Amino acid sequence: MSADVAVVGFAQSPCRVREDATTSGVEMLVPIFAEVFRACGLTRRDIGFWCSGSSDYLAGRAFSFVSAVDAIGAVPPAMESHVEMDAAWALYEAWAKVLTGEAEIALAYGFGKSSGAELRRVLALQLDPYLVAPLWPDSVSVAALQARLGLEAGRWTEKDMAEVAARSRAEARSNPDAQVSGSVTAAELLARPYVAEPLRAHDCAPVGDGAAVVIIASAARARELCERPAWISGFAHQVDSGSLGARDLLAVPSAAGAAAAAGAGPVELAELHAPFSHQELLLREALGLGEGVAVNPSGGALCGNPMFAAGLARIGLAARAVMSGRASRALGHATSGPALQQNLVCVLSGEAS
Amino acid sequence: MKQPAAVLGVGQTRHRSKRTDVSIAGLCREAADRAVASAGLALADIDAVVVGKAPDLFEGVMMPELYLADALGAVGKPLLRVHTAGSVGGATGIVAASLVQAGLHRRVLALAFEKQSESNAMWALSIAPPFSIPVVAGAGGYFAPHIRAYIRRSGAPSHIGALVAVKDRRNGALNPYAHLQQGDITLEKVLASPMLWDPVRYDETCPSSDGACAVVIGDSDAASVAPGPVAWIRATAMRSEPTMFAGKDHVNPAAGRECVAALWRQAGITDPLNEIDVAEIYVPFSWYEPMWLENLGFAAAGDGWRLTEASETALGGRLPVNPSGGVLSSNPIGASGLLRFAESALQVMGKAGAHQVPGARVALGHAYGGGSQFFSMWVVSSQPM
Repeated sequence: MSADVAVVGFAQSPCRVREDATTSGVEMLVPIFAEVFRACGLTRRDIGFWCSGSSDYLAGRAFSFVSAVDAIGAVPPAMESHVEMDAAWALYEAWAKVLTGEAEIALAYGFGKSSGAELRRVLALQLDPYLVAPLWPDSVSVAALQARLGLEAGRWTEKDMAEVAARSRAEARSNPDAQVSGSVTAAELLARPYVAEPLRAHDCAPVGDGAAVVIIASAARARELCERPAWISGFAHQVDSGSLGARDLLAVPSAAGAAAAAGAGPVELAELHAPFSHQELLLREALGLGEGVAVNPSGGALCGNPMFAAGLARIGLAARAVMSGRASRALGHATSGPALQQNLVCVLSGEAS
Repeated sequence: MKQPAAVLGVGQTRHRSKRTDVSIAGLCREAADRAVASAGLALADIDAVVVGKAPDLFEGVMMPELYLADALGAVGKPLLRVHTAGSVGGATGIVAASLVQAGLHRRVLALAFEKQSESNAMWALSIAPPFSIPVVAGAGGYFAPHIRAYIRRSGAPSHIGALVAVKDRRNGALNPYAHLQQGDITLEKVLASPMLWDPVRYDETCPSSDGACAVVIGDSDAASVAPGPVAWIRATAMRSEPTMFAGKDHVNPAAGRECVAALWRQAGITDPLNEIDVAEIYVPFSWYEPMWLENLGFAAAGDGWRLTEASETALGGRLPVNPSGGVLSSNPIGASGLLRFAESALQVMGKAGAHQVPGARVALGHAYGGGSQFFSMWVVSSQPM
């Protein structure tokens, strides 16, 4: 790689149980575009490349991203692309575009409105369409199988899982965009009923609506847009097998592989996209995060998980920690697919390489 | 700094209306295997995979690339999934190229597919979302008024569309992979076929196909050890605009004009009609050939039909358009754009078989999607820049 690229701006909408102001996502995007443009002193005309992440199945319609193009105001026409993935991967595509030199400033955005249907059933359609999906193993049940395996292997206890949730909710008290937050003890959480044994409600990310946006810029522009840019020192992603039975569900080789490819190294802070409490424990290990690393100071996905935006938001939050000087090196992580099948790691640093 | 990139290999399935002999994974693997084999490689040599397809509702599988990771040899590698409506096949090729041009990977597999027989595209396109005006017309009904506007503006004779259909279907008969094999089609037959969406007749519209296309894109080192000729990617461009806005020109969209202007600038092309040897253009309804000839600057506004009428877009003409048979002969929607890009590469590699344009050195691949609002294009050539 020949050029440095940095995150210079981030904004996200509040994570809401149900965002009635929008059907297409556009109404969640317009305010956060305005916020991030204001912070960077940019207008939409300054963006050389746009890339979004969203899902037709979540929206319940074909070409759902098309109406979102209205939010960017692409008149005159814009250089624009879209991934049917979490927008963290849209940011990856945008990063590649900046590396080629075709764009100096790029914007990635993601949006999801999960409130329109039953998310756990919708996500069942990500599984093998011939042999698995017809059985409708929903996403919570698949995660429960993974959690059960870990319990039986002695990797964690239900109390460990509840402690992840209690800590996340406590952290989220200082995050105005969180959907869930509060002071609660692990013991109190463990007294509550199962949703899909061994998962209780606190073990599962809340279902809700939201959007996020990140702006990146080449070295030539980053410093003029941001006092302390968050330089992307490594960015990589990998996928594991789509066959649940062919994977060791207690290993996340694609997360470890992505971290190695990104040259993650030691970080002070990590925002992990773990939609289930036990997955934070799995990811800490796969990414080699020690005790000293501040994990999910935002509360993480357990306190707000807008589909197709939450992974991008993790990178944005990690970048914000660097931009504000709270961390000199931070890691943002995103996941996609059942039981952590696909993983992405973005390492951000206060120093250009 | 942008690194040079080239197409090292191309593969596609035999496109059919229903490929009931294979699963979605089997269909994709067929194209992937052919692409890596034609590049003298194995799937294990691929560093990253980019998958493209049109809406997931077309098969009824959400983000099918997750399930396809094994079949595409992507496990343990980066896997990206692109969706930019009908232009997605082209966008898939461009994203894969950018991963090489950015210096991130040496060899990337771009794969696009559609298995329309798994679901029902008309159903998928007919869902009425809240607070949106339902078109309830399918693609043909949506585009027919824009074609009528073109005919009115240009004064084109009414048989031009039928001429395109005859040419593309006859070209398709030269391509063993094409879905429709209609070597004996005549102008009279096309004109006698039922009118579907005036002025688009049955024989002037694309089929519904199952099919996949794959392309291996590599850097200069990978190109230097390729077993055969490669197609150098001289320029890529993408542009988008909203479906509707005040001043939108559906006949000659601004996004297409700006996209091709950027493309020619990047490729150093100033006189496209003379400098481009062959073009694979996304023509799902016959009349889009003259319309896109104008949008792409091969002819002045209102004059595109004259090239078609004078047989200049036929094999042997000044600018052969869609020698593969084009979208009018095969339409696995998500793959249709990548097929245009792949066929343009085959032409400059000299590997297009019976539909080869003799001596083709510089070729255009083009795709569009949505309401004539998403455009993706590339120029490939037999020589590096």
